[in-house]
Amino acid sequence: MSPDPAATAPAAQRGQGVIHNIGYRGYEGPRLGRSYARRALFTQSLRGAYGLGRSAKSKVLPMLLFAVVALPAAIVVAVAVATKADDLPVGYAEYVLMLQPVIGIYLAAVAPQAISLDLRFKTTPLYFSRPIERSDYVAAKHAALSAAVFLFTAVPVLILYVGSLLAKLDFGDQTTGFLQGLVFCALFALLHAGIAGYIAALTPRRGFGIAAVIVVLTVPFFLISALQGIPLSDGDSSSTLVGWLGLGSPGTLMDGIQSKFLGGTSGFPTGATLTNAQGISYLVVFVLLAAGAYALLLRRYRKAGL
Amino acid sequence: MFNPTVARLTYRALLGRRRALILCALPLLLIVVACAVRAMNGADDQVATQLLGGFALATMVPLIGVIAGTGAIGPEIDDGSVVYLLAKPIKRPSIIFTKLVVATGVTAVFSAVPVFVAGYVLNGNSQQIAVAYTVAALVASVAYSALFLMLGTLTRHAVVIGLVYALIWEALFGSLVEGAKMLSIQQWSLALAEKVAGTGADVTSDVALPAALVLLVVITVGGTILAGQKLRTLTLAGEE
Repeated sequence: MSPDPAATAPAAQRGQGVIHNIGYRGYEGPRLGRSYARRALFTQSLRGAYGLGRSAKSKVLPMLLFAVVALPAAIVVAVAVATKADDLPVGYAEYVLMLQPVIGIYLAAVAPQAISLDLRFKTTPLYFSRPIERSDYVAAKHAALSAAVFLFTAVPVLILYVGSLLAKLDFGDQTTGFLQGLVFCALFALLHAGIAGYIAALTPRRGFGIAAVIVVLTVPFFLISALQGIPLSDGDSSSTLVGWLGLGSPGTLMDGIQSKFLGGTSGFPTGATLTNAQGISYLVVFVLLAAGAYALLLRRYRKAGL
Repeated sequence: MFNPTVARLTYRALLGRRRALILCALPLLLIVVACAVRAMNGADDQVATQLLGGFALATMVPLIGVIAGTGAIGPEIDDGSVVYLLAKPIKRPSIIFTKLVVATGVTAVFSAVPVFVAGYVLNGNSQQIAVAYTVAALVASVAYSALFLMLGTLTRHAVVIGLVYALIWEALFGSLVEGAKMLSIQQWSLALAEKVAGTGADVTSDVALPAALVLLVVITVGGTILAGQKLRTLTLAGEE
């Protein structure tokens, strides 16, 4: 806005300073609101989990781990095609469980990046000064982490499925197996992302977050697997005990669920299948763990100072 | 070579405040499980080797090694406070040596001692199993500390790379690909345990003892020298 010459001329003659009214324009455009902010937080966190929109250096690790988890699937398919097998050498859910250490490391690298860094650089107050609530932030971060892990596990499963169709394996069998595999991936992602997210939210230090996530995800798994491998003198009670022990770690919990409900083969040392009572308690523990991790994460952000 | 002040600072960085409690959790878990197994199953050599070899030496020792080894130098480089240490008239290799001694000590105390206790609880050191695994844990903690300390000076992602080595290379590939076992600190230290344990005990390694000893010395000395060299030419990177 140019100043009005008629108004400024007498002021200049008097030799005094002037204050120009250049006007203040309020923002009148559309306000995108809470759900838009939530969606943006979700997509940014999800992209960040694969290093998209970040520096080239931070793309290396997620992409490398993704290659590590996807390549064996292609090899499995190649083997199935070459040997003209009637079935894939590895089941869909079984494949995911086999590569658990890789998924654990991926989560350990990604969860602190998505969650701890906001705490470390104190950006959470900035988020909460926007029209989002605590629950929106937690929901967006949790959903982003879950989606990242789901993609991480579902893509290899998809490769297996496409490969099995190319190898002309039985269509009906493979489709059921594939769908069960996808359900498994979703459950797996929900549980593991919840646990890793909560642990990452406990510490603002990235290094500690990585170590803590990996410890919680893998140590119980190795411990329970070692315990399950111990043969008891009484064979009958041994195989039920193996089932109950499996409740003790996220990995064995998922193994039990897939072998009982999703038509997979059990990865337990004795190949034990679960009894009905065990199956139900596996589901109950799964729901408790998944919901509990989410509730704890929600609670973590209750305090304003963090 | 050894600088007491650097040692004290490193020790405080590793075990100060709540961190000692977190590091305690793993050994405690091992001892509790050992007690439970003994109470339920009685003394059994096979169970002892399974638990000590399958859990303690395969998971616990490398994890504590990663935490102590990278934790001795990683966070300092990460937040840039290492410049205050580097500005002091102390030789860089002696900083690394001191940090290695502290990291090794912490790893050994938190892994070898509980392994020894758990071994005694599990079968009362029959066939020297407890002693064998304790020796293996001690040797492994030196090598792991040197390796992960070196990683800590080389890269900002030392924790992740260390975990990839410990969990994917040693545990996953080691069980699938025979050749991967040749390059595994776990197998090298098991070679020593095989020598110590009684002949009836099922402690086996895929690496011959002389080769294992040479490789252990090479990785420890080489890792320390390389870390010292790296620290001499360290450039501090900003936050990504």
